[in-house]
Amino acid sequence: MMKTLVIAEHDNQQLNAVTLNVVNAATRLKGEIDILVAGQGCAEVAQQAAAVAGVTRVLLAEADHYAGQLAEELALLVVETVQQGGYQAVVSPSSSFGKNLTPRVAALLDVAQVSDVVEIKAVGSYVRPIYAGNVMLTVESAEPVQVLTVRPTAFDAVAQDGRAEVASVAAAARAGVSALVGRELSKSDRPELGAAEVVVSGGRGLGNGDNYRQVLEPLADRLGAALGASRAAVDAGFVPNDYQVGQTGKIVAPQLYVAVGISGAIQHLAGMSDSKIIVAINKDPDAPIFQIADYGLEADLFEAVPELTQQLG
Amino acid sequence: MKVLVPVKRVIDYNVKVRVKSDGTGVDLNNVKMAINPFDEIAVEEAVRLKEAGTATEVVVVSIGPKASQEVLRTALAVGADRAIHIESDTDLEPLAVAKCLKHIVDDEQPQLVICGKQAIDDDSNQTGQMLAALLGWPQGAFASEVTPEGNAIKVTREIDGGLETLQLNLPAVVTSDLRLNEPRYASLPNIMKAKKKPLDSKPVADLGIDVAPRLKAVNFAPPAARKGGIKVGNVAELIDKLRQEARVI
Repeated sequence: MMKTLVIAEHDNQQLNAVTLNVVNAATRLKGEIDILVAGQGCAEVAQQAAAVAGVTRVLLAEADHYAGQLAEELALLVVETVQQGGYQAVVSPSSSFGKNLTPRVAALLDVAQVSDVVEIKAVGSYVRPIYAGNVMLTVESAEPVQVLTVRPTAFDAVAQDGRAEVASVAAAARAGVSALVGRELSKSDRPELGAAEVVVSGGRGLGNGDNYRQVLEPLADRLGAALGASRAAVDAGFVPNDYQVGQTGKIVAPQLYVAVGISGAIQHLAGMSDSKIIVAINKDPDAPIFQIADYGLEADLFEAVPELTQQLG
Repeated sequence: MKVLVPVKRVIDYNVKVRVKSDGTGVDLNNVKMAINPFDEIAVEEAVRLKEAGTATEVVVVSIGPKASQEVLRTALAVGADRAIHIESDTDLEPLAVAKCLKHIVDDEQPQLVICGKQAIDDDSNQTGQMLAALLGWPQGAFASEVTPEGNAIKVTREIDGGLETLQLNLPAVVTSDLRLNEPRYASLPNIMKAKKKPLDSKPVADLGIDVAPRLKAVNFAPPAARKGGIKVGNVAELIDKLRQEARVI
């Protein structure tokens, strides 16, 4: 029987919600699913993982050298766990955490990795976007261990009514070649961009960072939305890089995506074209974003957006 | 310290990609090719380290067809010192590339390898991390700032929700994110000078590494087309559509 190891993403306190989507993807591989929770002082996370539907066992590995979630340390543990547990698949999210760690695991196992999987047809048969989402590649792998990162927005979250057993496992040897100095996380009361139901996103048309905030924040407040941006807006310094939606930023698929002053470069569309409803507000009638928007409003955003915010009131 | 920068020749950033009608690949005939944008940033970072007196030599390497020498010349024109071309007429997977790069690292003994975080053709985002794993080196993936500090290097990384700073022992692998720097343009005199810089080429077979593909590309297809919608005349109509038709607010 197929045995799959899902790598939990967490911050030692809270299981990251993407893990629910990753477990759903793992269920497509059939067989048994275990979750590895590696960290320090993260017993609570293991309990949360035990409640994820479809999970057989939670493996909890605690050690000082897992506190910072360093790829060098976690990779050794994952490889040891896979070899000792006889796992035939390792699945993690294609988040910055998964993208950092997973190739390290694949290389140590001497197997090819399939990145950013959006569809699992069968064990060893996957679909993934390449060329910024302009091409969907169906790829087959006969590797003895299937190492995948999966795109969380392409799989629904599973329920949290499971009752898996939690087993402690020994830590692997310490690599000791890297250390976490610190993290600077953007503080925000808004929903997380990757998981938001509504995203309000701004582009170069906003002109500068002050305009971005003055025009978009009230609308985002009104809609309970996360804020995003095009690469052009990030490059111009309007907002930090973690706002970026697109090929090299976040991939989002909300119920409603409002693109304001975004022309619609293919690299941006790669990050949002799976949104349920897309609204585009742009004064350029030829902006490519209008070709994929469900509702396009050709207007000066500095008038249209405040009006929209007000009328929603 | 010596810095090694792997670069890949890919389809130009601005080219509209077309899938071959029989689904066997992407049409690259008469398509403009260029250095992978993230690799361009990696080269720039290495050159800046040299200009700051930290790096002593910048070596660039590319694995690919003969035409890959063009992107090596591009890298030499912005300040790399020397280039290595490993000729392969077939596309290598990230693991095979990482193994070839390990071979070169073993030969060249750099203290730092700076890769682009992903190639914009296959979007795998694997090679740098795989190389670090094979070497047993630490990795600073998706770097937006790199600061050498003696026998270590401080790397600020772009992560979901913000930034993370790591201290890595050297030797190490760093992969570049977009905001690491803004690459310079090569000047005409430097483009001319680059033609005289050393470029070694050898076939991939000389490395004695098994680079056979592990994966099988079965089908290339355009993504399901999203139907264009309608244009609305004003804000009131937009709200009405979102409430009554789309029912998303």
